[in-house]
Amino acid sequence: MFRNQYDNDISTWSPQGRLHQIEYALEAVKQGSAAVGIRSNTHVVILALKRSSGELAAHQQKLFRIDNHMGIAIAGLVSDARVLSNFMRTECMKSKMLYDRPLPGSRLVSMIGDKAQINTQNYGRRPYGVGLLVGSYDEETGPHLYECLPNANCLEYVAVSIGAKSQSAKTYLEKFAKEFPEADEDALIMHGLHALRETLQQEKELNLNNAAIGIVGKDKDWELIEGDRLKAYLDRLEAGGGASTTAAGDAPAEGASTEDNAMETD
Amino acid sequence: MMSTVPSELPVTAPIEHRFDPYVDNGGTLLSIAGKDFCVVAADTRLSEGYSIHTRYVPKSVKLSDKTVISMGGCYADCLTLTKRIQQNMEASLVAPMWYRHAHGKTMSTAAIAQMLSIMLYQKRFFPFYSWCILGGLDEEGRGAVYTYDPVGSYEREACRCAGSASSLIQPFLDNQINFKNQASERRELSLDQVLRITKDSFTSATERDIYTGDYLEIFVITSNGVELQKMGLKKD
Amino acid sequence: MDHFPTNWGNPRNEDGESYNTYPMASNKVPQGVQQIAGYGHASGHPTTHTQSPVVTGTSVLGLKFKDGVLMAADNLASYGSLARFRDVERLHKVSDFTVIGASGDISDFQYVKHLLDAQMIKEYNADDGHSLATPHVFEYLWRIMYNRRSKMNPLWNTFVLGGVHKGENFLGAIDLKGTPYQSPSIATGFGSHLATPMLRKALDNAGGSENLTREEAEKLLVECMKVCWLRDARSSFKYQIAAITSQGVSISEPHDLRPLTYWEHGRDVRGYGA
Repeated sequence: MFRNQYDNDISTWSPQGRLHQIEYALEAVKQGSAAVGIRSNTHVVILALKRSSGELAAHQQKLFRIDNHMGIAIAGLVSDARVLSNFMRTECMKSKMLYDRPLPGSRLVSMIGDKAQINTQNYGRRPYGVGLLVGSYDEETGPHLYECLPNANCLEYVAVSIGAKSQSAKTYLEKFAKEFPEADEDALIMHGLHALRETLQQEKELNLNNAAIGIVGKDKDWELIEGDRLKAYLDRLEAGGGASTTAAGDAPAEGASTEDNAMETD
Repeated sequence: MMSTVPSELPVTAPIEHRFDPYVDNGGTLLSIAGKDFCVVAADTRLSEGYSIHTRYVPKSVKLSDKTVISMGGCYADCLTLTKRIQQNMEASLVAPMWYRHAHGKTMSTAAIAQMLSIMLYQKRFFPFYSWCILGGLDEEGRGAVYTYDPVGSYEREACRCAGSASSLIQPFLDNQINFKNQASERRELSLDQVLRITKDSFTSATERDIYTGDYLEIFVITSNGVELQKMGLKKD
Repeated sequence: MDHFPTNWGNPRNEDGESYNTYPMASNKVPQGVQQIAGYGHASGHPTTHTQSPVVTGTSVLGLKFKDGVLMAADNLASYGSLARFRDVERLHKVSDFTVIGASGDISDFQYVKHLLDAQMIKEYNADDGHSLATPHVFEYLWRIMYNRRSKMNPLWNTFVLGGVHKGENFLGAIDLKGTPYQSPSIATGFGSHLATPMLRKALDNAGGSENLTREEAEKLLVECMKVCWLRDARSSFKYQIAAITSQGVSISEPHDLRPLTYWEHGRDVRGYGA
C-alpha cells in the first residue's frame, strides 16, 4: 500500500487538512458488521448483524445493555466497545447513586464525545476503533437515537445505520422515514429488519444466530428480542411481511440515496 | 480545658465530645419461609428517641421477582446499603464482575445472600448499623430466609424477627413456626396461616413496643412473583 | 486585652470549648518538638471537625396541601443564647419548583446552598431539557449529608426540602446523620415538639393533605410559628413563608408575629408587685 507521509501519528495534519489516523479509525467502523437504529415517537429499536469467525465459532456480541433506559449497538473493534460500554454503565450508575435519576442519553453521548475527542488530539493516543448507535428513552424528552464515531462526532438521528454496507440500509431508511414517527413496536422492528437485510452479503439470510434486536421506549425497559419472538419476526420477514403500509418490497438500488446526512435531526 | 493542645495552662481532665454517627430509628421486621412461598413483613414507622419522624417509610425493598430485602436499625445506613445492593446486582463491586451486565440475568436469592454478607463484612470496622433479613425463593422454588448481624454473619433459617420488637416476636415465632415447646409434630404451614401469624405478631408488638406501629407492609413471594399487602397498625 | 476568643467566655456556660472557636488559645508546641502525631496544621493545631454548631437557626416547618407545599422559618440566627443575626433568610429557592429550609448551623447551610446552586447551574448550562427535580435534589442532598457523617465530619443541620414534581407534592427532611424521610408534615428542632402535634392533628382532621386548602394550610402554619415563637427561646417573631405549587416558587417577605398576640391584659393586672 502507498505509504502516506502524514499518517504516522494522530496529531499531524496532512497538507490537505486531513487527519489520516482518524480516517483510518472511521474505516474500522465501516469494516464492522452493520448496525441499524430507528426511532419512533415512543420507541427506539436497534438492530445488528452478528458475525462469527467460522462454522464452529460463536457469534460476536453486538448489542449491549447500558441501563434500563438505554442500550447500544456497535460496529468496529469489539474490545474498544467493551471499554466504552463499561464507561457508559458506570456513568449511568453514578447518576442513579447521586441523583436517583436515569442519566439522560444526550449527556452520556456528549461525555463519550469528550472522551473520543481527547484521543484525536493527543500525541501517542489512538482514536477508538468503534462506532456506536445509542438508543435511550429519557423521561422528560422521550426516545432518542444517537450515533457516536471515532472522530468524536456525536449526532442525533431518527434513523441511521453504521458498519459494512450500511449505505444500503440507509437507502431503505430514507425511503420509509416518513412512516417511522407513528410506527408501533412491531412496525419499527420490521422496518429495522428490512433495513438490516439490505446489508447482507449475497446469498446470506438473517437467522436466529446472526440477527440481534434491542428495543427501549415508553414504559418499556431495554430488552433484547431473542428466541421465539425473534423467530416470529424473521418468519414475517421471510414471508414478505412488510412493515410499511406502502409495501416494503425491495428497496431501491444502492446509490439512489440523496445526501449522507439527509435524516439527521437538528 | 484545652486538652487537645499542648499547653502550659494547668491540665484539666479531657473533655470528650465526639460525634456519634449512628442513630437507632427503631422498627421491626420479620420473615417466614414456607414450602413454596416466603413472607417478608415490616412496619413503616421511623422514630428517633420519643419522636416519630414519619409514619410511612418502607423498610423492605423488592430486589427481584424472587427476593425481598428488609432492614432495621439506623435508617440512613439501611437505605445506603439497600441502594448498594441494588447497584451490585447490576454491577458487583464485591466480585470483580458485573453480575447482570456480565451474565444477563438477575442474581439468585442465595447469591444475593452471600454478597450481602461480604458487603456487611467489608465495613467491619465502621459497620452499617442494620439488621437485615433477606427473604425469597431458592433455586428449587422453596421459601428461604437469610438473617444477618450488622457485620455480616449470616445463616439460613425457617423464620426470623429482627429490630426493636424482635425480643417480643421471636419467641412467639419459635413456638408457632418451629413448634418449640409444643406437643404436636412440626408441620408445614400454609400461606394463610403464616399471614395470620405475621399480622398477629405485629398487632401484639405494637401494643408493647413504642418503636413499632403505624402501618404494616407484607411482601408475599411466590413463583408468581412478589405481591405487596398493606395493613394498618395502631398509631399511638 | 486578651485576643483569644476562647478566653472571652461562652454564651452558654457548658462544658468548655463547645464552639470550636478559632484560633484557640495557647497553641504553643512544646519546645524541641518538631511534629506531633495528629497535629496536622502548620500552626500546631490538630485537625478539627465540627463537634457542635456555632451560629444556629431554629425550627423549620413544612406542610403539604392540596396544590403544593408550604414551608416556614423565622429569620433569626443565634449564637448560643445570643440573638446574633436577626434578618437571616433560612428558606432558599433551589430551582423553579424546589425550596430548601435549614435549621442548625448557618454556615453549613450557606455551604450547602453553594453546592446546590452549583448543581443547578450545571444543569442549566447543559441546556438539554433536563433539570434536577425535587426528588433528585433530595437524593443529592442525602448523599452529601450521609457522606459527611461517614467521614465523622457532619454538616450540622436538619434540612427540609419542599417541591412539586410531575403533579406530586414533595416534602422531605434530612438530618446531620443522613437520615432521609418524607412526610405530609415536617417540623425540625423544637418545632418537632411544639408544631408537629398541631400539624398532624390538623391533617388527621382534614383527612389528609389533599383536603387542605392553601388558606387553611397557611393559617395553620402561622399558628404553629406563633406557638414556636412564644415557647422556643431561640426563635424570633420575624418569619418567612415559602409556597411551592405547579405555578412555581414564592418566598414571602418577612412577616411579623407580634400583631397576632395581645398583651394589653397586663395593663390591668395588679397585685404582683407592680
